[in-house]
Amino acid sequence: MDAQSNTPGVELKYVVSPNDFTRAGEASSNVKNILKQMGISPDVIRKVSIAMYEGEINMVIHANGGDITVTITPEKIQMVLRDDGPGIPDVEKAMQAGYSTAPEQVRSLGFGAGMGLPNMKKYTDEMKIDTVIGVGTTVTMCVYIS
Amino acid sequence: MTVKDIQTALNATVSSGSKLLDKEITSAFASDMMSEVLAFSKGQSVLITGLCNPQVIRTAEMLDISCIVLIRGKEADEEMIRMAETRDLIILQTRYIMFSACGILYNLGLDGGTV
Repeated sequence: MDAQSNTPGVELKYVVSPNDFTRAGEASSNVKNILKQMGISPDVIRKVSIAMYEGEINMVIHANGGDITVTITPEKIQMVLRDDGPGIPDVEKAMQAGYSTAPEQVRSLGFGAGMGLPNMKKYTDEMKIDTVIGVGTTVTMCVYIS
Repeated sequence: MTVKDIQTALNATVSSGSKLLDKEITSAFASDMMSEVLAFSKGQSVLITGLCNPQVIRTAEMLDISCIVLIRGKEADEEMIRMAETRDLIILQTRYIMFSACGILYNLGLDGGTV
């Protein structure tokens, strides 16, 4: 373990409001600004921004909101998106590009094309989905800094 | 080409960022689905879209897109304009449909590339 690994991380916490499509993305926007101020490379910021924004939209569309914890250490940025929503019945299917259970109305808002989870996977170095039907879903994503 | 050139070519009105029209533009992305933009955009600086809600502004913000072109006569509402102004984002509004808007800008030398 190198010396940097012992450096304490910065932790940011957000509440994602349910059914508030106008405000969806506020947490991602805030994280993006903080990462910029910290001088994190644009490439890393882009990956974190896209993955977290898609996740945040998912929480609003599917799960009545939830909470997000972002931990920034010198090695990586970890995002934990937790909700008390309905859970994902078939994670493998949900990971397929184009598969969506979002209501038609969500499509008219520019989402619900079945790209959310695949996008999150595409832009992160690690992604784990823990889901229990009727209890909720926690998505943990990491983007490596170096 | 600058945003001003795009505005002229599309006979567009400016609803946000009127002081930023000198910005240089080299490539563009067009879609009504924001997830597609998030999945496939590769640093394009213009987003041409017929979607007209705050998530267009958010998507542009996440991708460092500097100019949004609203097509088919869509008009940004107050909330969108407020969000765009605080992020130094330009919003242009044109009556051209997506096909025509893209064609006109492509002819002028803007490119988009492949996925």
